[in-house]
Formats: sequence, C-alpha cells, structure tokens
Amino acid sequence: MNDTPLVRIRDLHFARGDRPIFDGVDIDIRRGSVTAIMGPSGTGKTTLLRLIGGQLRPDRGSIEVDGEPVHRLRGTALYTLRKRMGMLFQNGALLTDMDVYDNIAFPLREHTELSEELIRILVLMKLEAVGLRGARHLMPSELSGGMARRVALARAIALDPMMVMYDEPFTGQDPISMGVLVRLIRTLNDALGLTSIIVSHDIEETRAIADYIYLLSGGRVVAEGTSAELEASDSAWARQFLHGEPDGPVPFHYPAPDYAEDLLAGTEAA
Amino acid sequence: MVNTLRMLGRTGLDFFQRLGRAHLLLLAVLAGVPPLALRFSLVIRQLHSVGVLSLLIILVSGLFVGMVLGLQGYNTLVDFGAAESLGVVVALSLVRELGPVVTALLFAGRAGSALTAEIGLMKATEQLSAMEMMAVDPVRRVLSPRFLAGFLAMPLLAAIFSAVGVLGGWFVGVGLLGVDDGAYWSQMQAKVDLYDDIWNGVVKSIVFGAVVTWIAIFEGYDAVPTSEGVSRATTRTVVHSALAVLGLDFILTALMFGD
Ligand SMILES: Nc1ncnc2c1ncn2[C@@H]1O[C@H](COP(=O)(O)OP(=O)(O)OP(=O)(O)O)[C@@H](O)[C@H]1O
Ligand SMILES: [Mg+2]
Repeated sequence: MNDTPLVRIRDLHFARGDRPIFDGVDIDIRRGSVTAIMGPSGTGKTTLLRLIGGQLRPDRGSIEVDGEPVHRLRGTALYTLRKRMGMLFQNGALLTDMDVYDNIAFPLREHTELSEELIRILVLMKLEAVGLRGARHLMPSELSGGMARRVALARAIALDPMMVMYDEPFTGQDPISMGVLVRLIRTLNDALGLTSIIVSHDIEETRAIADYIYLLSGGRVVAEGTSAELEASDSAWARQFLHGEPDGPVPFHYPAPDYAEDLLAGTEAA
Repeated sequence: MVNTLRMLGRTGLDFFQRLGRAHLLLLAVLAGVPPLALRFSLVIRQLHSVGVLSLLIILVSGLFVGMVLGLQGYNTLVDFGAAESLGVVVALSLVRELGPVVTALLFAGRAGSALTAEIGLMKATEQLSAMEMMAVDPVRRVLSPRFLAGFLAMPLLAAIFSAVGVLGGWFVGVGLLGVDDGAYWSQMQAKVDLYDDIWNGVVKSIVFGAVVTWIAIFEGYDAVPTSEGVSRATTRTVVHSALAVLGLDFILTALMFGD
C-alpha cells in the first residue's frame, strides 16, 4: 500500500469576509486510518470538510486528495474525484422528496448502470449495516435526527468510496446506537479499507476509535497526536479540550467588556 | 448625501450582480436540458407538480374570467346592436391577452412560488450541497427538469384557460342573455385568425412561462439559506414575475399588433 498521505493539506488559509477561519493549517490524513478533527464550536471544522470536498476554495495553500490538487480541480475532474469521497452532513441532508430506500439508491442510480435488482441488494446491505433495513419505506420527515444521520451514513458509503468524511456523526444518538455507530465507523473503515475523517465534539467516543487526532483552535492546529500522546502531552490546549475544563487557552466567552461595568451601565447604548 | 449616493451605488451594483448571476444560471440550466431527453421521467414528475397541480385554479379562474367577459361584452355590444359579435370579443380578449397574462400571473403565484420555496429549502437543508458531494450537479438534476416542465406547462395551461373562458362566455352570453348560439360560434370562427391571434397568444405564453420559471428557480437557488431567506425569495418570485409578465406583455403586444 502506498504510504503517502491520502489527504495532504499545506499552509491552508481561508477567510469568510474579513474573518480568517484558517491561518496556516497543515494536516496529513494517513491512508486506512481514522483521523479525528476536534475543536470548539465555530472553529471551522465543517468548513475544513467542505474545503477537502472542493466545495470551497482556499485563499492560499494546497489541498491534495490522493495526489489530486482539489483546490485547482473543476468540472468533470472534481466530480470524478468526489465519486470516491463520501460525506456525512451534520444534519443528514437527505433528499426530502424521496423515501429512505430511494435516498440510498440515488448515488447508485445516478452513477452506475446497475439493474434495479442489484441496486436493491446493495441498498439493503447498506441499510442492514446501519440497522435501518426495516425503515426503508419511511420518508425523511418521519425519521428522528439520529436515524436520519444513520441513513445518511448508508448513503455516503453507497458507492464504496475510498474515504468518508463524518461531520458530527454522534450528536443526537442514544447511548446504544452511539456505541453501534462508533464500532460501525471503525469496522467499515477496516473492512472496506476506507480512510475516515471524523469531525466531532464527543471526546470519549472519538478518542476510542481515532488513530490520530488534530485539535483546531483559532485557525491553527494547536495540538496533534494519538489519543495517548495527547493525554501525555503538556499542551494546555490538549488538556483543556480532552478534559472539558472551563479555564484554559480556549475562551468560553465571546470577547466582551468587563462584566460588572456592563451590568451597571444602565440602558443599552444604541 | 454621500451616504445616499453610496447606498444607491450599492443597490445598483447588487442588482446588476444578481442579473449577471441569473443569466449565468440560465445558461447552465439550458445546457442541462438536452440530456433530459434520455431521462424524461424527471421532467414528467415536474410536469405533474407544476402543471397538474395548477390545473384547478386555472380552470376555475378561466371560467369566471370568461363569464365576466360575456357579461361586460354583452352590455357594451348590445347598445350597438352587435350582440352576435360577443363570441369574437370574448375569444379575442382571451386568446390575445387575458389567457396568457392571467395564466402567467396565476402560474407565478401557484407554481412559481412553490418552485422557489422547494429549491430554497433544498439549499437551506444542504440537500443541494449533498448532491454536489455525491458528484451530482444540482443545476442539471434539480433545476433543468423544473425549468423545462415550466416551459412546457405554461402554454398548455394558457390554452386551457382560454378554452374554458370561451365556454364561460358562451354560458353567460348564450345561456343566460339570449345571444344566438350559431352566431356566437360562427362569428368567432370567422374573425379569429390562426396566425395573428392564436399563434401570437401562444408566443406570449411561451415567453411568460420561460421567464416566470426562470425567475422562480433563480430566486430559489440564490436564496439566503435560512427560513427567512427562503420566505423572502418566495415573495420576490411572485412580485418580480408579475412585473416581468406585465412589462413583457406590453412590449410583445406592441411588437405583434403595433403596425
Ligand atoms: N456561509 C457562511 N458565510 C459566512 N460565514 C460562515 C458561513 N458558514 C460558516 N461561517 C462561519 O465560519 C465559521 C466556521 O464555521 P463552521 O461551520 O466550519 O464551524 P464548525 O467548527 O463546524 O462549528 P460546529 O462545531 O458548531 O459545527 C463560523 O464562525 C461561522 O460563523
Ligand atoms: Mg460544523
């Protein structure tokens, strides 16, 4: 197996308007691994996945996926690469005008010439993997948030991609399906020879399956390593994030004037 | 003063940028139309939701507009002793003018607003993004079939509107007010010209259908992806479509019947 990284990000800069989101980020995603990207809300984790998928373009720096410069690809070349990437959106993003079955069949019908019998077998296999074979005739509006995300996972792996990006796969899962999902991601990764990128806040679950972890904050990678390395590291970032401590380098508060002065200031200045 | 100028400048710039984006989108949508020949089932589904679901409102409105025309036309014509010409008056008003225009306005309210809301919601819930990530071009998969369906449905709806309107006029004129049945139809047949009247009306309805559908899918695709953004886009579709239809109607009428 080729041991160049599957995803190679160098000197990534990206801004929304005047606000920098990424300010020189380097990330390597090893082939066959489960890599977690963690960080406080609003640091740009979803944005990072969109940059890797080529939906956004960096202001500076490079993003290579399997040797292809995503940041410069357009049209057919980009679409060809995307067929090999699966993405699980934060809210599922199921197509609301079709039922569960058709949602999973959608990428197969769009990109392959398979017969409906074969598509049925593939769809049922993917649904069985996420435990929702019995829910195949439900419409997306009839699913709970957690079920919707599992359907979206089945859809993301429908085309047997080389890589799957999970945006917050664990939120909205009850403890049982959470455990199932954690194992599922690991099993799919190893059995299908995938490479997985997980964006998540759920530290325990993510640490349990991630081979390597990147901590993002303020537009930079503030710590990286395996779960054990981060545990042992003396990085204040890593300690605060892994243990959920309120005090540390990551501020809980949005910048604001002094609290006491603010309370005593009387009416709200226009 | 400077601020007013700046605001004017920004509004103007926004307007032209949107206009530019709308034209680029139209090109992309049109490029997606020929491949639909191989997947016509996508268009059929949209024809159902754009066309069939607008049918009831078109039938009812057409009937009432025709009945009103019958009543008004009779009251005017009878003073000149020309009540037999009622059929011509009703048919010409409908085929040339009211059929295409009123149908387009109703179409914008019923189908256009629904298209904008549907596409805007698909954008807000990241369905369009998800399609892109599945390597499916949402412009070709979602917008092109809807555009083609609107383009095809509108002339048919306008024809139905006019036909029902003629029946409504007949019901009032012949049935209630005693105009001669034979005169109503024979005068209509003699005086309504296939090219000058019917064909020009059809051209109008084709143009209106394309423009209304274009506005509707652009507003949906360009909507700010929040519930508020989608609701504002829907309103804009109805308002802009109505203005575009009435404005274009004047221009087309001047070109067709102006000489
Ligand atoms: N379309 C947009 N336009 C402008 N700013 C945006 C847009 N989308 C996201 N942002 C900003 O970019 C920043 C990063 O957003 P992103 O969604 O990537 O965060 P995140 O790390 O995924 O957060 P969360 O964990 O809450 O999902 C946010 O501060 C957000 O305000
Ligand atoms: Mg996010």
